[in-house]
Amino acid sequence: MILLFRIAATHVRNRMRQTVVSTLGVALGVGFSVAMAGLMEGSQRDFMSTLIEAIPHVEIQDEQRAPALQPASERFDAVAFHGLRPKEDLRGIRNPTEALASLRDWVNGSMTQRLSGQAVLRYSGQDIGLTLTGVVPRDELDVSKIEDDMRQGSLKDLEVTSNGLVLGRKAAQRLGADVGDTVTLTSANGVAKRFKIVGLFHTGITASDEGFAYAPLKAVQILLEKPDIINSISIRLSDIGEANDVASRAERQLGYKAVSWEEANEGLMEAFFVRNVIMYTVVGAILVVAGFGIFNIVSTIVHEKAKDIAILKSLGFPETDIQQIFVLEGLVIGVLGAIAGSVLGFGLSSYLATVKFELTTDVEVTRLPIYFSVLHYAIACLLALFSSAIAGLIPARKAARLNPVDIIRGAT
Amino acid sequence: MTAPAAAPIEHPLLETRDLTRILPAVVPVTLVKDVSLRIGHSEFVAITGPSGSGKSSLLYLLGLLDRPTGGEVWISGTETDRLSSGELAHIRLEKIGFVFQFHFLLPEFTALENVMIPMQRLGKLPSREQHEHAEGLLAGLGLEDFLNRRPEQLSGGQRQRVAVARALANSPDLILADEPTGSLDSVATEQVFESLQKIVETQQTTIIAVTHDMDLANRMERRVHLVDGQIDYDRKQ
Repeated sequence: MILLFRIAATHVRNRMRQTVVSTLGVALGVGFSVAMAGLMEGSQRDFMSTLIEAIPHVEIQDEQRAPALQPASERFDAVAFHGLRPKEDLRGIRNPTEALASLRDWVNGSMTQRLSGQAVLRYSGQDIGLTLTGVVPRDELDVSKIEDDMRQGSLKDLEVTSNGLVLGRKAAQRLGADVGDTVTLTSANGVAKRFKIVGLFHTGITASDEGFAYAPLKAVQILLEKPDIINSISIRLSDIGEANDVASRAERQLGYKAVSWEEANEGLMEAFFVRNVIMYTVVGAILVVAGFGIFNIVSTIVHEKAKDIAILKSLGFPETDIQQIFVLEGLVIGVLGAIAGSVLGFGLSSYLATVKFELTTDVEVTRLPIYFSVLHYAIACLLALFSSAIAGLIPARKAARLNPVDIIRGAT
Repeated sequence: MTAPAAAPIEHPLLETRDLTRILPAVVPVTLVKDVSLRIGHSEFVAITGPSGSGKSSLLYLLGLLDRPTGGEVWISGTETDRLSSGELAHIRLEKIGFVFQFHFLLPEFTALENVMIPMQRLGKLPSREQHEHAEGLLAGLGLEDFLNRRPEQLSGGQRQRVAVARALANSPDLILADEPTGSLDSVATEQVFESLQKIVETQQTTIIAVTHDMDLANRMERRVHLVDGQIDYDRKQ
């Protein structure tokens, strides 16, 4: 094999310019593949971590997966019922203190209770509709990252102000209100209550900044006329990998629908999968194009070295040896290209990681999220080598089948 | 007075029986027809004949580079017809050496490397011994000062002697030479011919050489003359 490699290396070395061009083709393919994979996975991971930070790992909602059994179904053993008016039930998780205590026994993480509802906020003659969420500030801080988005005041201020309100900054700007102002909130049932703005937040998501507000749980329960009722329990786990297990156990235990972050974002996961398939298809296509360069040079060498092939065959080199020589030539270019491409990919990724973007005035400078993984290099290099081997194999088979007698006759 | 016909050989190194090679074409071309030969060890055989008489074609069939369309080739008692291309290649590597009209050396390798290539492929000798053996062969042909020269840095005669050394690399039983002096001047022709003669005398190797040069053919011990692909005569000289 060393001898075959030496012969292959000699052939490749003698066509230096073409070898460099072909190697450059493979290197560009590998380099861009690595950089693209790093950017894709980086953006995916960045998005996922932002998502996981922003949403609860498990959320227990005040509804059941299947409609609750009606009293008639529980009492009578009938095949079907028709025309019965379903029993109206007040929505909400009752007795939340007991529910939370039962979860705290085994859930490894933090949890908070919430009651959300629609309300109209009035200030200086202007109204805006928003989703008002009643929270227990201390628990909420353990679960959500809202405190990081606070621009004025703090969520903790809700602990000391029983009618305190934390509002999105954009909503406050629309109303012309500021911290310290008193606003009126009116529930869907027509109950009105005055709240004092104690803090303003800015998440960068317009829907939240214009349409969400936080207030102490008790105050919201009074406003929405739902005493001792909540409509969700949010859990932040120490290990997000346990989310599905915790959700299914909590659902069995409490009877309410419990959704893990994975289930809640199932469509997103599929979208990422499809995106990765597209990315690797493009990467493959780039390397196939690079393979054409190798095919071209190896075919040229086979043509030029026909006499050498005849010599080697007359010396007793079998067809498999001849084939291996030319496959090795493709692989030599592939290996050189893969090495150069890995260096190029690393350089490109490192450069992209330093590029800064200023998207909005409110958000700090953003960098391109690049994820460095050995796997990206391994996949790109393996694809390059596979492509090179195939590109070398086609002319190599032709070389192996050359009839030495025809060549010798032609040369003499 | 005619020379005596070649005497029958009891254990031939090479034997052909009704060897025929026809090129398939609209009008098939017969290159070699019904050639039956028995060639023993340490023979120096000339194959002669006019242009197009099938001399080179016969040589390629004897060297297992080409497959016959009829008849058989036996080498050292082995019938070669049913052997795979890999097995035929191994016989060429181990038992046969080729010298062509043009040197056919690998241009990127030095004289020494060219001679070592068949040894490296066969892999019977350790690397150091391959080196020593190649040096010895080249020195034996008067090329000890040209070991590290590439073919382009050698004269025609020197190149052809390197090709002879390469043919001898694996100590084959048989060397097939196709017009080995055809492209050389008279001085180089003499040097190459003497080299071949010395090999037959000292190494008990059989050499079958195709040649147009009647002077050289007359100096070989046996001559097979072809006309239209058939043996016209086969006689000792």
